[in-house]
Amino acid sequence: MKRTLIFKNKPVITATSTIAGPKESLGPIGKYIETRLDNDKFNEKTFEKAECKMLSYVIDGVIKNSNRKRESVNAILAGDLLNQIISSSYAARDFEIPYIGVYNACSTMSETLAIGSVLIDGGYMENVVCATGSHFATAERQYRYPLELGSVRPPQSQWTVTGAGATMLSKNGVGPKITMATFGRVVDFGITDANNMGAAMAPAALDTLVAHFNENNLSPKDYDLIITGDLGVFGSKILKDLAWEKGFDIFEKHIDCGALIYEPHEEEFQGGSGAGCSAVVLNSYFMDKFKNKEINKVFFLATGALLSTVSTQQGESIPCISHGVVIENRG
Amino acid sequence: MSDIILIFVKAFVFGGLICVIAQLLINFTKITSGKILVYFMLSGVLLESVGLYQYFVDFAGAGATVPICGFGYLLAKGAKEGAKKGLFDAITGGITSASMGITAAIVFGCLFAFIFSVRSKKN
Amino acid sequence: MTGKNKENYNENYINYVKSISVKTNEKRTLFRAFWVGGLICVIGQSLRLLLEKVFFITGDELAGYVSMILIFIGSFLTGLGVYDRIGKYAGGGSIVPITGFANSVVSPAMEFKSEGFIYGLAAKMFTIAGPIIVFGVASSVVVGLVYYFIYWVF
Repeated sequence: MKRTLIFKNKPVITATSTIAGPKESLGPIGKYIETRLDNDKFNEKTFEKAECKMLSYVIDGVIKNSNRKRESVNAILAGDLLNQIISSSYAARDFEIPYIGVYNACSTMSETLAIGSVLIDGGYMENVVCATGSHFATAERQYRYPLELGSVRPPQSQWTVTGAGATMLSKNGVGPKITMATFGRVVDFGITDANNMGAAMAPAALDTLVAHFNENNLSPKDYDLIITGDLGVFGSKILKDLAWEKGFDIFEKHIDCGALIYEPHEEEFQGGSGAGCSAVVLNSYFMDKFKNKEINKVFFLATGALLSTVSTQQGESIPCISHGVVIENRG
Repeated sequence: MSDIILIFVKAFVFGGLICVIAQLLINFTKITSGKILVYFMLSGVLLESVGLYQYFVDFAGAGATVPICGFGYLLAKGAKEGAKKGLFDAITGGITSASMGITAAIVFGCLFAFIFSVRSKKN
Repeated sequence: MTGKNKENYNENYINYVKSISVKTNEKRTLFRAFWVGGLICVIGQSLRLLLEKVFFITGDELAGYVSMILIFIGSFLTGLGVYDRIGKYAGGGSIVPITGFANSVVSPAMEFKSEGFIYGLAAKMFTIAGPIIVFGVASSVVVGLVYYFIYWVF
């Protein structure tokens, strides 16, 4: 069974839009982010409302950036980390556009891109908005502890990105194209420490990566970059090791959005995480590189940890998934 | 004067050591703060139920009563004293002697949660 | 391969991850926990002395007032958004003292205020500290009953 789809009518990334909170804006990729907030409540009463507003802000932004009318957008594919993906659903309430809610934790960005590409390649739709977002304060409350609790943050932990990103996929237009997509399997190697996401997710990324290379007779040499979503510094190190063990040398090519978004403090924490992490970095920093032709072919695989607080408390290990898409600059 | 300094030194060292035990648990077993509070409180109850914790309190003063084990000590002490009076006091004695802690937590909890709101963190 | 059951866990991988994990700086965390925890106890001791010498409070009442003041301080610092900073620095040093108990009561109350005062603030207030009261009261009743039987039956 082949897991890789090769698109014939390659969908084009015609526009992107990003927004991020103050901490992300001060980070290394801050200057690439379209809208930089100085207040992560975004003038809303609660952080949940702020997350929702960020998502609808980027969806609106990407439609404007692509110079398309709202009516010409066939669907919004969106997801986030909150229970029942309320941020996306409530954001979609503001638009009179069909909405497809998807959830694969932090892997949602690549999942929406893959599904969106399928819809366009199949000829069913012409313009699809793919958006994901996350917020530090809402994720912290849902997955960990109240913000004001004086708890210890172990050195393996990651910081949920406050931000959202949206991509406009179109049938026609100018921009980088999505040429392939490899859907991931749920992989669980038995990591139970919910603070060590990087280690839990690295095997999932490896599974998709190896399947992608083997099925298509490709190797890391064929790519300018292999971008993962939010493995963090530690998870990224593991992925390099694991891939090397399988015979793929990705030491030069691999880069992780989570390790990129904040100034790294390896002793203290491993970088960014969350659905918004890959969405923000891909749609700002990497799209800029594509525009300047600094990179021309990348394999983007965001990784997601499919846990909930209930499963953690019941002693379950952390199942993870990773979907990958190939983005190419083609004439 | 030197007596007072000695009391403070004892409180500092004893209280500090209890916290070090907690930190060792955090480092080695990765248990969360809620569990640590429960375990330490229960160990206070256990130690006082066999009459040991009173020695710590006599020795270290606030060094033994300020950590959450002191809360467990109060509960057990109240229950033991109540048991001498009768069945009713045996049951209510614990929570009676610890009632100040619980009441203060609820009242100040309501008050400050009412006044203040959460701020997002930058690091 | 996929670890659905414990038997299927990839032991090799788990051990490998453990072996290369970033280690907590033992000495530093222990030192921080020691001095912050000790300092909070010293503050408690000074309050004891103050109440004893100035207000002539003694015995159980003294302990009660001291913990009340410490809970006040802990709650207030939580409200100001300072206590989590102390917690991040001191770890166990700020969790174990009674101020940490106050912190674990106030922080969820503040957090869930957005869901309203009854089902949010009040209902979620004891999501973290609730077990302490549950087990504390339950165990004190056990202790009380055991002593009651020892005292009255034998």
